[in-house]
Amino acid sequence: MVTQETPAGSGDQRTRYLKIENITKKFGEFVALQDISLDIYKGEFICFLGPSGCGKTTLLRAIAGLDIQTRGRIEQDGKDISNLPAAERNFGIVFQSYALFPNLTVSKNVGYGLVNQRMGKAAIGERVAELLDLVGLGDQGSKYPAQLSGGEQQRVALARALATSPGLLLLDEPLSALDAKVRVFLRQEIKSLHRRLGVTTIMVTHDQEEALTMADRIVVMNQGTIEQVGTPIEIYRNPMSPFVGNFVGTMNFLSGVVTGAASVRLGAMEFDCANGVGGLTEGQAVTVCLRPEEIAVRGVASGGANSFEVRISGLEFLGSFYRATLQAARLGDMEIIADFSINEVRDMTLDEGATIQIALPGEYIRIFAED
Amino acid sequence: MTEGVTTLSAVAPKARPILGRDDWIMRWGLLVLGVWLSVAVVLPLYTLLSKSLEDHGGRFIGLANFAEFFATPVLFHSIYNSLTIAIISTAITITLAFIYAYALTRSCMPGKAIFKGIAMVPILAPSLLPAISLVYLFGNQGMIKGVLMGETIYGPIGIVMGEVFWTFPHALIIIITALSMADARLYEVAESLGTSKLRTFFTVTLPGARYGVISACFVVFTLVITDFGVPKVIGGQYNVLATDVYKQVIGQQNFQMGAVVGMVLLVPAVLAFIADRIIQRKQVALISARAVPYHPKPKTRFDMAMMGFCCVVGFMILGIIAVDAFASFIQLWPYNLTLTLYNYDFDLRDGGGWASYRNSIVMASYTAVIGTVIIFAGAYLVEKIRGFTVIRSLVQFMCIIPLAVPGLVLGLAYIFFFNHPANPLEFVYGTMAILVICTVTHFYTVSHLTATTALKQMDPEFEAVSMSLKVPFYKTFWRVTVPVCVPAILDISIYLFVNAMTTVSAVVFIYSADTTLASVAVLNMDDAGEVASAAAMGMMIVVTSAGVRALHALLTRGIARTSQAWRVR
Ligand SMILES: Nc1ncnc2c1ncn2[C@@H]1O[C@H](COP(=O)(O)OP(=O)(O)O)[C@@H](O)[C@H]1O
Ligand SMILES: [Mg+2]
Repeated sequence: MVTQETPAGSGDQRTRYLKIENITKKFGEFVALQDISLDIYKGEFICFLGPSGCGKTTLLRAIAGLDIQTRGRIEQDGKDISNLPAAERNFGIVFQSYALFPNLTVSKNVGYGLVNQRMGKAAIGERVAELLDLVGLGDQGSKYPAQLSGGEQQRVALARALATSPGLLLLDEPLSALDAKVRVFLRQEIKSLHRRLGVTTIMVTHDQEEALTMADRIVVMNQGTIEQVGTPIEIYRNPMSPFVGNFVGTMNFLSGVVTGAASVRLGAMEFDCANGVGGLTEGQAVTVCLRPEEIAVRGVASGGANSFEVRISGLEFLGSFYRATLQAARLGDMEIIADFSINEVRDMTLDEGATIQIALPGEYIRIFAED
Repeated sequence: MTEGVTTLSAVAPKARPILGRDDWIMRWGLLVLGVWLSVAVVLPLYTLLSKSLEDHGGRFIGLANFAEFFATPVLFHSIYNSLTIAIISTAITITLAFIYAYALTRSCMPGKAIFKGIAMVPILAPSLLPAISLVYLFGNQGMIKGVLMGETIYGPIGIVMGEVFWTFPHALIIIITALSMADARLYEVAESLGTSKLRTFFTVTLPGARYGVISACFVVFTLVITDFGVPKVIGGQYNVLATDVYKQVIGQQNFQMGAVVGMVLLVPAVLAFIADRIIQRKQVALISARAVPYHPKPKTRFDMAMMGFCCVVGFMILGIIAVDAFASFIQLWPYNLTLTLYNYDFDLRDGGGWASYRNSIVMASYTAVIGTVIIFAGAYLVEKIRGFTVIRSLVQFMCIIPLAVPGLVLGLAYIFFFNHPANPLEFVYGTMAILVICTVTHFYTVSHLTATTALKQMDPEFEAVSMSLKVPFYKTFWRVTVPVCVPAILDISIYLFVNAMTTVSAVVFIYSADTTLASVAVLNMDDAGEVASAAAMGMMIVVTSAGVRALHALLTRGIARTSQAWRVR
């Protein structure tokens, strides 16, 4: 199940830049990509997000022509590139390892692709200086890659990939080799670079936070297929499968049974779900999903809709909020994870061992058929 | 995929990748390499095999020659002799090399670099040289003949002593590598548990190094069983397979029987080769664990004992060389001990004179340059080519074959193949070219593996990056791959040069009157009774190899300095 949506707020006037049709990639008998279709629009920042080994790199390399797909078509800028060798496609690429040429200076690295474009020496020098300024390394041109920090090397790789002004920028886990602080900083850098240059960009990552903060649209992948495509907020708010819900953010998974057109039973209790049960029939076993922060505790009255009593069996302070582990006797001792704000914990004197009333707000309840 | 295979969209067209220019060039390059290796390795070996199944008239007679071989007691007995020599030499060499390596890696004795350097000296000499020295030491008029207490040096004793000297550095290198991979944490644990030193040795040290030791055993065994220099000079009446091949072919012109003995000689070499491959695969798994390097702590008595051992071994190695040098400057041992350069007047003797020395230098230079180019570029193609899997595997296999082929067998195969009147390549027979081709091939595999290791250490995405930047692969090869791999390239060329200087076994069959070589001259002068001149020529080879090695060390140091800025140590 894949829904295709145009980028938020841009409607249909955006032009399609990349059209990926029914891509399948096999390594021997192993199917690494299975019938993938996807449209990417000009100027978009797309993230391929998924657990390691799900085929993100494989898809990126198929788009680049570095490992051509077994089946399927790829169109770039209206031109069928399905069978073209990488050298005849139009893209720049940054690898996780950066793959900087160790024996060439930063300037030589950045200018590596320009030398082949019959540009004059002076013109190359100018362009290299411009690119180095762009990535904030204006004064580092004469150093060798080994003399730079990881973050700086990463920016050199970025400048090198952008040097020939490619129509498509491919980034394969460009930040995962860096430590946390540099990573957060470079996210912003890459984003603002993207905003300035407007080059269509695909970034592969297994880090949901990275995808959520950087992408215009996220392509969530799992085991060689696309689980969902959407803006970060869509992916977070409306995961189309338990996998997406679990992979992006934290999610409670509660086993239940459909009891009506808009109700499910969890343990001994019936819950109203405002959004219906998605056409599932009565008696169907389902997984009920809720995010920890969606669980209500303030102003929940005993006997209110969807409310019940739980015991706090664990309370962990996570800096900006508390994460509670709740034991729900009425739901057959199901365990529920809930996030409470610092104010809530203070005002309501929530503590380990306490018994409280919570509610599972009907509008947040998502229901997926159990398989 | 855990989920069942869903029906693939039937309409999705199968991709038919268009080959880019890079792909075409690489594929053609690999094909050329494949043809080259076929001509240099596969076809000669095939010719050798078919020769062993023919009679003198060239008719196919099945295994009749082999039947005759096994029915001839003298020949058959050589198998027994060869195995005996190989096993005894291996046992002694490995024991000595292990203790020596242990001293170098696990003790704090002073002068480790010097001792390591001394141990490498035998590599600089042809295997004939220690045999000649042993004749001077223990021969009929030997300097310290009495040490043998009446036993003769001409036979198994002499062969074993010569082989131990000659194979020692080969074993040492492998065992040092194995011992340096030790994980310090294991020793810390053993110590914290109060394990005795001896028990630690048997439960930690030996198991850790066992693959290296086994590998060294195979290497030494193969070197000994296929070596021909030592038994030729000092073997006396004691026949071994390697000398049989030579006698059958050069002495009796019985090519068919020579081919049969060659095939027989191939068997242990190939078996050892296969066994070693299997073991090395296991060893790789062992290395991949993150080990903390072991740093020995000073223990005066142990360190002194180790140093004593190394002194004795080092003294013997240098002694053998010194005896040879001494012999080369003596008028006529033991009757006239005046110093002279007379023995260096090679032009007065059979064996090709100074021309053979010059030929050797030329041959070694060509081998080093051409060999390095072919082998490094070949390894690059095999490593980096995209697709073309069948040809690639085939070529990769052909790159490995030479390691299993003893030099004698290769040389013999070259006679049969290149001297065949129907072969359009017959014109190279008797030229410098065939010597170079043969020598490059003989030492192909080790160089290929060195190149492959260096290439594997490079980022695999360099080629992808240059494709994305539309830079042809050969530019990146020239601007990045080669500069980064310069140390490995130098190693390969030095390895080829020194081996081309010292090798006898392969070239002894294919040199001509115009292309005599220094190492062959040592053999021929020794044969002709000009032992002192043989020793002198041997010294020329040692000095040349040592000089080139020294140059290599200087170059390496220079490169390390100039590339300090970018080379990640
Ligand atoms: N060259 C290859 N040969 C065989 N299997 C491969 C190859 N490249 C990738 N795979 C397999 O395909 C799957 C997807 O790999 P990849 O695209 O690298 O995953 P990731 O999402 O982590 O980037 C993995 O299971 C991997 O083992
Ligand atoms: Mg990946």
